[in-house]
Amino acid sequence: MGRTIVEKILSAHTEKDDFKIGDIINVRVDFAFANDITAPLAIKYFKESGAKEVFDRKKIGLIPDHFAPNKDIKSAEQCKLLREFAQEQGIENYFEVGKMGVEHALLPEKGLVLPGDVVVGADSHTDTSGALGAFAIGVGSTDLAAIMALGEVWLKVPPTIKFIYFGKLNKWVSGKDLILYTISKIGVDGANYQVMEFSGEVIKRLSMDNRFTMCNMAVEAGAKTAIIEPDQITLEYLQGRATRPYQLYKSDPEASYEKVIEFEVSKIEPQVAFPHLPENAKPISEVGYIKIDQSIIGSCTNGRIEDLRIAAEVLKGQQVHPEVRLIIIPATQDIYLQALREGLIDLFVSAGAAVSTPTCGPCLGGYMGILAKGERAISTTNRNFVGRMGHPESEVYLASPAVAAASAVAGRIVSPEEVK
Amino acid sequence: MIIKGKVWKFRDNIDTDVIIPARYLNTSDPTELALHCMEDYDPQFTKKISRGDIIVAGKNFGCGSSREHAPIALKAAGLSCIIAKSFARIFFRNAINIGLPIFESEEITDQCTEGELLEIDTVKGTIKNLSTNKVYRTNLLPEFIQKVISVGGLKEYVKEELKRREIDV
Repeated sequence: MGRTIVEKILSAHTEKDDFKIGDIINVRVDFAFANDITAPLAIKYFKESGAKEVFDRKKIGLIPDHFAPNKDIKSAEQCKLLREFAQEQGIENYFEVGKMGVEHALLPEKGLVLPGDVVVGADSHTDTSGALGAFAIGVGSTDLAAIMALGEVWLKVPPTIKFIYFGKLNKWVSGKDLILYTISKIGVDGANYQVMEFSGEVIKRLSMDNRFTMCNMAVEAGAKTAIIEPDQITLEYLQGRATRPYQLYKSDPEASYEKVIEFEVSKIEPQVAFPHLPENAKPISEVGYIKIDQSIIGSCTNGRIEDLRIAAEVLKGQQVHPEVRLIIIPATQDIYLQALREGLIDLFVSAGAAVSTPTCGPCLGGYMGILAKGERAISTTNRNFVGRMGHPESEVYLASPAVAAASAVAGRIVSPEEVK
Repeated sequence: MIIKGKVWKFRDNIDTDVIIPARYLNTSDPTELALHCMEDYDPQFTKKISRGDIIVAGKNFGCGSSREHAPIALKAAGLSCIIAKSFARIFFRNAINIGLPIFESEEITDQCTEGELLEIDTVKGTIKNLSTNKVYRTNLLPEFIQKVISVGGLKEYVKEELKRREIDV
């Protein structure tokens, strides 16, 4: 019987090869990481378990990105714990402010997570790296502590849902719109405990940045992770980045899937997910009149260079609406520099946007763009739960960088067509 | 183990931002986290509940972020366990790892009301509604997870595993 890409990766990382879906297996981990919110607990549990040394100091990443640069004294203390632990253990991949980026953009960019890897991160958006053809799952702090000590993780072999996208994408329709559309069709628990494998001619033509965006939000459908078969586009991305050899896997044609879901994309418009669930997506033509106070472009979902280029294309020759705060956050320092070299930062600041150093900041209501009671934001981030970006009575609408940029100009949620 | 407590009912898709808002994640102190548990859902929640009370929720409980602070806050607030139609996967792992018992049951969520008294037998895998005398079956955990729980959680499991490896060497 054929196997899916995920089954092949798991099989290469476990002792027993004869597992079936639903079995609990122990799997070797190629790269494990945590951030300033999840690492402090993981470090505490690591020490309490009696472990002396991490299983492999090259295979662990510590990234203070959520509340860093330190937003307050408590956050400063948490970040300090990471720094000290990294020094004490000789962990090479600790990223200090100035080199730091949002973890799920940073790790692929630095070639630390690679095709065929088992990647485990103490952050739910670890699924992002599935875009490279890796098996990448999010866990909590105790699990991460166990991995730091043992180098392996227990997991249940998941079934896979195959998604096939075909047809021609409309202008302004991006990976973000495809994933919001997909979640709206299957629901926020539509892929619970399962893998979402994205495939089809549309995915084959999609850039890496858009693939990362799609895989990033699979967790918003409850998925264990998402995965895309590596191809020429993946290999080009890895050129000059990969820090070690890697393995390319593909699903067999006769592999068995839980379900196969097909989407014809030519009817898909830019999407906007209404509060308070990512599944509440509507096509932009049905949004109606929704005034906004803030627009955020950034995060592990949409803070990459292509996202900034699209935002710049929309903002060129425009000014941010006087009643809107537009905050743009490149996801990593390299992306920031690239945007600077391309003149994008100049364009953003000239248009009246605030540009921030990389941080998760406002996405989870940390800082750098918190909403007051009754305020409303359009955001390229990944969650619009109650209170996610600030006051419990504020609202977040999720969309692509193109829609977020256009809405910042119009003062209400609009299609980029309306401002171009 | 027998768990007994009063029911607090919750809807589908209770996310971890509601269980413990990210603005309080600059600490991992259980007592401090417990103070803000479910604050954006009902600001009075932690004042209303008594030690041992039980949350009975709809599907996809604990969806969203991987913050272990969510089950920690619920446990430290005094809740004895969570029963839901289904759990989001990271929350499920986290709850087991920190020792917050969780049970899946379709029927009980639909059939019990707030304030009723439940009794759960974790060995038999049964939930009894003491207010109506109805008995429901719940999931029994897979063998490996039971092993983790029997040694006292994942931290203890790691301790034992490290010892075993030392002997192997």
